[in-house]
Amino acid sequence: MSFYEEYVQIKNYPFDHFFSTITIQDVRKVLQKESLHTEDFLILLSPAAEHCLEEMAQMAHQRTVQHFGRTIQLYAPLYLTDYCVNKCTYCSFSIDNDFPRRKLTLAEIEEESKALVKMGLRHIILLTGESRLHSSVDYLCETIDVMKKYFSSLSIEIQPLDTDEYQTLVARGIDGLTVYQEVYNEDIYKEHHLKGPKRNYRYRLDAPERGAKAGMRSVNIGALLGMDEWRKEVFFTGLHAQYLQKNYLETDIALSFPRIRPNLGGFQPKVDVSDRNLVQAMLASRLFLPRAGMTLSTRESAELRRHLLPLGVTKMSAASSTVVGGYANKEHTHSQFEISDKRSVAEVKESLRELGYQPVVKDWEILTHSS
Amino acid sequence: MTDLLTIGNTQLHNRLLTGTGKFYNHKLMKEALTQSGSQVVTVALRRVDLNASGEENILEDIPKDMILLPNTSGARTADEAVRIARLARAAGMGNWIKIEVISDQKYLLPDNYETAKATEILANEGFVVLPYMSPDLMAAKAMQNAGAAAIMPLGSPIGSNRGIRTKELIQILIEEMELPIIVDAGIGKPSEAAEAMEMGAAAVLVNTAIATAKNPVEMAIAFDFAVKAGRKAYLSGVGPTTTTAQASSPLTGFLG
Repeated sequence: MSFYEEYVQIKNYPFDHFFSTITIQDVRKVLQKESLHTEDFLILLSPAAEHCLEEMAQMAHQRTVQHFGRTIQLYAPLYLTDYCVNKCTYCSFSIDNDFPRRKLTLAEIEEESKALVKMGLRHIILLTGESRLHSSVDYLCETIDVMKKYFSSLSIEIQPLDTDEYQTLVARGIDGLTVYQEVYNEDIYKEHHLKGPKRNYRYRLDAPERGAKAGMRSVNIGALLGMDEWRKEVFFTGLHAQYLQKNYLETDIALSFPRIRPNLGGFQPKVDVSDRNLVQAMLASRLFLPRAGMTLSTRESAELRRHLLPLGVTKMSAASSTVVGGYANKEHTHSQFEISDKRSVAEVKESLRELGYQPVVKDWEILTHSS
Repeated sequence: MTDLLTIGNTQLHNRLLTGTGKFYNHKLMKEALTQSGSQVVTVALRRVDLNASGEENILEDIPKDMILLPNTSGARTADEAVRIARLARAAGMGNWIKIEVISDQKYLLPDNYETAKATEILANEGFVVLPYMSPDLMAAKAMQNAGAAAIMPLGSPIGSNRGIRTKELIQILIEEMELPIIVDAGIGKPSEAAEAMEMGAAAVLVNTAIATAKNPVEMAIAFDFAVKAGRKAYLSGVGPTTTTAQASSPLTGFLG
């Protein structure tokens, strides 16, 4: 069993024809319903639903407050290494981008940890490029041992692993997994992932499921918006989340909506995803999956993040550095992508409070067998 | 005569239990908790940061005279709940514990089997255990035998504000169990809290409905009134309800 089978069944669905038949009345009917089915989700992603964004926003806001309260979980990414063996058209870490690569030593990881703690952060997501040599499971285990003294929750956004490798990391103290499929459209996926293990679409698609099987407490998925027609991509993401929720009841499933940002390769998105489109994607997903977490990254500007916040967001990164070793030491190498929101943690917290939200820094306690 | 609720060795005069989740700031939370009259407040250990100070440390904003009821939110198994409970006690949060074992992140329904297991382990370790559960008589009895100090059945799923959808099952627990029955989760309106109390519940726990109200402080006061009204009605003997009118001239009155 795999989400791939569901994807194959639906990928050739006549989306454009379906969208052309949808009216505002159809959208309003969906908004009367208590719980939404797959077709209702697609209706909320239709061009017709663009005329109902305010109604959708009110409902999405109300449901989010009901389930999550007026709270936002804050976290920060920590880039461990930018070595990468993949050739991907849109990413600065791509193997054919020539820049000095780095990998943090355990001593440097300790320094970064101290800097992050000082900034007031307790939930960290560890990131690497894809290189089994430079970001091996052993290296990650040593990293976790250093970091769990400092933090309350550690998650990973690294190359996809096998189930038993995820199990090893969970036993060591990792509780969350983020894997973006980048693009669900399999043909377009192949056009952008030219060389390296990432070319294997299916292995990546099944990674969230392997993580859930391995006992990850939370699994975060997403599509990189701009790679293909966003309505379809968001639809596939929502179906993938629903598949995971149904099959792995005990795992918290969360969604992200990253839009393509400027990067070293000068990649231009194929599809322009406007702020209005992004809002519709978030609202439709919130109404379809009322319990799913929703992450907002520093890819978006501080101004836009303020407006997006009440629409269903539950987690956001603060004071992010997308540079290896970027917290303790400001000497820059190359970042994976440019961030837009450059405010400090204190500024982010203050702005959340002004908007009537409580910033939550700690919302877990690492429970390894020593506790 | 004072109407007291006994949990473990503690006697409470107030029957509204409150929570600390979902408030948009701690100052407001503190004011709502104070005004609610509640004596017991539940707090998720996962949210407590003992190393933090000020706004970052939720414990500093809980009124000092309230009894802390740490909960095991986030636990998916009995083993995780036990470990969280021990951490809470080690952190100086007292020996009361609300066991929450939830392995379903969609509806957030409790796992009665794992909850009963955790109840037994923690009661043996001297905790005052309040298990959160799906209202089921046999499971409640198992928790009572395992040493629970009260039983906390859900009215409807956490945060759903759907009211007491499990009414018939909770009524059975109230009739059959010796332990106090505290209706937890799902209570969205003061009238629903009053309803639970009229049914004979020993207490209710309300969090989401207060924390997410437009004015949490006033809503806390409203719940305080409702719980007191419901309790008074219960003690006064609520009359039976019927759907048809009662004949005012009885046909058999002539029998004397």
